[in-house]
Amino acid sequence: MSTLASSASKVRRPLLSRQLRRDLRAYLFLSPWLIGLLAFTAYPTLASFYFSLTKYNILTPPRWVGTDNFVKLFTNDPLFWTTVWNTAYYTLLSVPLGLAVALGLALLLNQRRGGIGLYRTAFYLPSLVPAVVITLIWAVMLDPRLGLVNTALRAVGLPGPGWLRSAAWSKPALILMSLWSGSGGAMLIFLAGLKDIPASLLDAAMIDGANRWQRFRHVVIPLLTPTIFFNLIIGIINSFQVFTIAFIATSQSGTAGSGTGGAGPLNSLLMYMVLLYRNAFRYFDMGYASAMAVVMFVVLVLLTLAVVRSSDVWVHYEGGGRR
Amino acid sequence: MQQTLPQPTVATARRNARARRAAQAFLGHALLAIVAALFVIPFIWLVITSLKPTNQIFTDPLIWIPRPILWSNYTSALTSPAFPFLRLLSNTLFYALLSTIGTVMSSAVVAYGFARMDFRGRNVLFGITLATMMLPGIVTLIPTYVLFRWFGWVGSYAPLIVPMFFGSAFNIFLLRQFMLTIPLDLTDAAHVDGAGDFVVLWRIMLPLVKPALLVVGLFQFMAAWNDFQGPLIYLDKASEFPLVLGLYAFQTSRGATVEWNLMMAAALVTTFPIILLFFITQRYFIEGIALTGLKGA
Repeated sequence: MSTLASSASKVRRPLLSRQLRRDLRAYLFLSPWLIGLLAFTAYPTLASFYFSLTKYNILTPPRWVGTDNFVKLFTNDPLFWTTVWNTAYYTLLSVPLGLAVALGLALLLNQRRGGIGLYRTAFYLPSLVPAVVITLIWAVMLDPRLGLVNTALRAVGLPGPGWLRSAAWSKPALILMSLWSGSGGAMLIFLAGLKDIPASLLDAAMIDGANRWQRFRHVVIPLLTPTIFFNLIIGIINSFQVFTIAFIATSQSGTAGSGTGGAGPLNSLLMYMVLLYRNAFRYFDMGYASAMAVVMFVVLVLLTLAVVRSSDVWVHYEGGGRR
Repeated sequence: MQQTLPQPTVATARRNARARRAAQAFLGHALLAIVAALFVIPFIWLVITSLKPTNQIFTDPLIWIPRPILWSNYTSALTSPAFPFLRLLSNTLFYALLSTIGTVMSSAVVAYGFARMDFRGRNVLFGITLATMMLPGIVTLIPTYVLFRWFGWVGSYAPLIVPMFFGSAFNIFLLRQFMLTIPLDLTDAAHVDGAGDFVVLWRIMLPLVKPALLVVGLFQFMAAWNDFQGPLIYLDKASEFPLVLGLYAFQTSRGATVEWNLMMAAALVTTFPIILLFFITQRYFIEGIALTGLKGA
């Protein structure tokens, strides 16, 4: 065995250098990405952890303060907990609702009918709209007194809430906006997943006497779980970092001091990312903001791992194995 | 079902089935139409409001057809010093086009490396590449800013454009998946004829994966067009803003006396090019999202 290997390595000597040449050529092709990975991903990620343990205002070098930032964050910054609550509220509602809306739209589109492409376009169109425009449209439509939405609600005898002007309703308003503008992408992914379901399986279930709901519950949903899993993780990561619509919605909603960005009535729209933005780019408290980033990062990693762990139980992979 | 009908004859059963199908088709269309209306009404309201005189925007009852229809809102908005449209548009095009060129070029080269070249560490590196797609942007934001500030790039588009020339995980992944579907025979034949990897990539691979390149380019172009957070952090002079940031500045510059009709006109002009682009390229775009099971930013 060993003699075989050594004689083989003798024969392969020039070959080895050819492998090395091959490696070098490949790494030349990969070089933009390798540089980008180091400069714009690896270094900043590590540096975030370092900065989080310092006091750093950019102008003077970072000064080591140990865990001070974290202690202040958890024990002495009521705004931090406000944003944690607001962001959690937003995520807990917008992610499941977003998945449900996207799946519902995909189911509606997954039928053979004339003009279905037109409907698909209509459902997807809001996903193309810049956040500034989304908030502008909805600020007008959600006007508590004379907006389109509350006028419609009053017409059917429902009281119109204060939406963006009310502490209790500003987050539901934001979620409404996100459902309108953010469901398109997930919808298309669900639609692709639905089209992948073999008709033979549905036919077999039908022959076995399964009705429409049973086919949906026991054939369609299990086969869609990988897609649901994917959209769930992306949804959590995105909604934890919600920034733009919250930031803009509050600077135009007619609250006092418009232009400051990102508070809303009684800070009810102050999202985690907006507070981080304030600390970093308005107060240039980079160490403190980095601590916020690190906390968010750790929470997201743990949450993602938890979802991945749970996927063993509820995500169905075809062929029984993991992909 | 049919068995329970009284005196089922073949003809009546067939008629009933037809009627039921027609009713189902009608209900299906009605449901689709109602849901579609919910998604489209905000657009209609945007258009209507942009054509209204100021005193017809918030009224009871609502006004659906403005009288008169004020097309002049568009000229007022586009010539307003607070919304220097041509300037904003050229800034946006500059950002969107350069970042698109950057990410398409660099991601294609790297994707070719992963798809067609055999080297040690490929699987590990590709795994890392996929993992970075899950990395939340929040964790790189601040040090990246510090880095670009140190380069002296804050206040310019460089922090938004230059990184795009170093590939992006999502685009590399997407292009690699497409390249893997190209038969090896096609590229091997060229290699046998003595063509190097760059020649094979440029002459053979890129023409074959053109639809994928288009998808990657479209995603980036639209992402750059709509990007708010990046320009907000890195740009400070109003003359350098892209359209979305200019629109935001336009809104906030007016304080309490927001002229909603002009805002809406400006908003529509900002959104229209993207929607037009989508309509032209819809097929590629939707296939692109569906094929990867991943959505663009």
